[in-house]
Amino acid sequence: MTAQDVSAPRAQAYDWSAIIKDLIGTAIVSLLIMVPMVAYKSVITQYSLVLVSRWTEVFAVLALILATRLALHLFVWNRAPSPVTAAAKPAGTAKATLPEKIGPWVFPVLVAFAVFLPLIFNFERRPIDLGIYILTYIMLAWGLNIVVGLAGLLDLGYVAFYAVGAYAYALLSTVYFPYWFGDGVVPWAFYITLPVAGLLAALWGVILGFPVLRLRGDYLAIVTLAFGEIIRLVLINWFSFTNGPQGITVPKATFFGLPFARGEGSFSDFFGIEFNRIHYFVFLYYVILALALLTYFVTNRLRRLPIGRAWEALREDEIACRSLGINTTNTKLTAFAIGAMFGGFAGCFFATRQGFVSPESFVFIESAIILAIVVLGGLGSQIGIVFAAIAIMGSFELFRELSVFENYLPEGTDPVHFRMLAVGLAMVLMMRFRPRGFVTRRQPTVFLKERKAVSGDLVKEGHG
Amino acid sequence: MEYFLQQLINGITLGSIYGLIAIGYTMVYGIIGMINFAHGDVFMVGSVTAFLVVLGLGLTGGSGLLLILLALILVAAIAMIVAAAYNWTIERLAYKPLRGSFRLAPLISAIGMSIVLQEFVRVNQEGRPKPIQPIVTGGYEIMTRVTEAGEFIVRLTNMQILIIVSTLILMAVFTVLIQKTPLGRAQRACEQDQKMAALLGIDVDRTISVTFIMGAALAAFAGLMFFLYYGVTDFFVGFLAGIKAFTAAVLGGIGSLPGAMLGGLVIGLIETMWSAYFTVEYKDVAAFTVLIIVLIFMPQGLLGKPEVEKV
Repeated sequence: MTAQDVSAPRAQAYDWSAIIKDLIGTAIVSLLIMVPMVAYKSVITQYSLVLVSRWTEVFAVLALILATRLALHLFVWNRAPSPVTAAAKPAGTAKATLPEKIGPWVFPVLVAFAVFLPLIFNFERRPIDLGIYILTYIMLAWGLNIVVGLAGLLDLGYVAFYAVGAYAYALLSTVYFPYWFGDGVVPWAFYITLPVAGLLAALWGVILGFPVLRLRGDYLAIVTLAFGEIIRLVLINWFSFTNGPQGITVPKATFFGLPFARGEGSFSDFFGIEFNRIHYFVFLYYVILALALLTYFVTNRLRRLPIGRAWEALREDEIACRSLGINTTNTKLTAFAIGAMFGGFAGCFFATRQGFVSPESFVFIESAIILAIVVLGGLGSQIGIVFAAIAIMGSFELFRELSVFENYLPEGTDPVHFRMLAVGLAMVLMMRFRPRGFVTRRQPTVFLKERKAVSGDLVKEGHG
Repeated sequence: MEYFLQQLINGITLGSIYGLIAIGYTMVYGIIGMINFAHGDVFMVGSVTAFLVVLGLGLTGGSGLLLILLALILVAAIAMIVAAAYNWTIERLAYKPLRGSFRLAPLISAIGMSIVLQEFVRVNQEGRPKPIQPIVTGGYEIMTRVTEAGEFIVRLTNMQILIIVSTLILMAVFTVLIQKTPLGRAQRACEQDQKMAALLGIDVDRTISVTFIMGAALAAFAGLMFFLYYGVTDFFVGFLAGIKAFTAAVLGGIGSLPGAMLGGLVIGLIETMWSAYFTVEYKDVAAFTVLIIVLIFMPQGLLGKPEVEKV
């Protein structure tokens, strides 16, 4: 018997009355959702608010929804479960598949591409900017991945540590270093503050970690969210310390003391090349690349240490973890501290790149975006995070460029507005269809004799 | 004293709104053990819907009292039905397929859904705050005291009376619904043991859906009241109100309905008193701090039962 015989879907007779009932129900719910919110839009005219109706859009979307649902009824949901797919599932001991073969090459290729990116694009400003932007988020997501992906502690306030790092640099380089050591230290401020920012953020990680040690997953998430918001509100309102919503302008980083400027003693002067603004961005690019790679390698080494294994054990089952004698307190605190530390590094870099920090940069939605990257990357997969960051942050930029489509979209619709909608949808769909991420294979860190990759299908959700 | 009395009135009004939202959190948590992170945004959807209907009806403060009352009932009904449709759909699309997935999955999905709702409303209605002229106007002066700085009048506005009275009515109806009807019995049964409830012939999926619908309806009503009270709403009101209502639910003991109401009142009072006697700027910090303190030191809340995690 060939596989095809068995797997051929047996079409069942359509149950039309059920289908029609379902379609009517769908139509009613869709209309309820759309009628006030989509069909009427409030527009501010010169004197008052008026409603503008948009029924064409409503009916177009309704028709689309009904057509999709009907198609699903006719072609997808009526199939009998085919015995082959049901039987084939457990037999997953997996020969080396394509992803597995190319797997070890993905990361080196990516790194090589990243290293040569400025050369590839001939030192153009835009790709380098985009590279800096994406790498910052990759680094943040790798940092958050330690907390969420490895230790399984859902942290919704990660941006707080980012803020701590950024404000550490802003305040130290503009106020405290000149006051303590004199102005001579300012060119070196970035290099001195970088470790300090990391340490401060780690300290905050521990401060946050201590009280929440006893909390379970979802309560912990809410508390971290509250903590993140508290830090932001304090940054806004503690005017004498942080300059409130106006923010702080921070000095540029230097190339080990050589400023990127024209004239005597500058970077271009020292190396005898012509001054070009792009040098600074290339420099920033390599700084964030180095920081991101540091995050990657440190995390990777930590995973193979007892502490990393304790993190993953904690993620799977806290009670079992404790019964095996793992000190869950230390495990959680180190996860928080190390994750926060990388957030602090990234924050310090962010402050330099931006040249300006204000509480506006550290809102909850930033945490949500970083979390979305980790989730889309597959909660724990570091390579997955790279692709997720490129997909999300790249698509943000793409949405910005999409002005090409403006002619086809209704008047006044800006594609940029849809980007967060897309991120939210992606998070929901990801949890719905691929909760373990796109890269489901796991390279085990502990193995007996030979390393066997574990297929995502083999492990129950939430394991592996 | 007069100042305190005024703050007490304001606090109870605000607390009623939080309490109504908190019930949705507490019921959903009680029955499926997840935080419906998007619940605050369902409240926002109710609020924005109410705004659209009010604008569509052309309702202003100048109409007669009876007319306003009838119109508001209509607005409330529409907002509640629409919000219920939203929450039902959310549950169907984002939460139901995730039962039995790993433990963080529903929460992440809920965060995604929260972003979707906010952005959906923003895309459709623009981000600007939506102001409206006061509709329920007037009120009573309870107490007047003349001081050297001028006279201080303690006011109880009609809007505040409307909020407090309608909250009481809704709570009463709701309590009867939970305590006396077969639906309420099914809900309490599912809360205790879903498998057993299913074995005894209760449609668990349907009961959970109904829970989401009821929670959404109450949140939408709160949204309407919030919008009428402050005279403004936008796509982002659900975030803060949602967190505060969640704090209320936890403070009262998650899973407990009277607890949610009590927690709402306490949070409303804390927030108002903090603004009145300390700093307005830090009122949200106060609410968040209460949340953290409660979760850490008394996670079972005021009226809840302590939870034991089993292996």
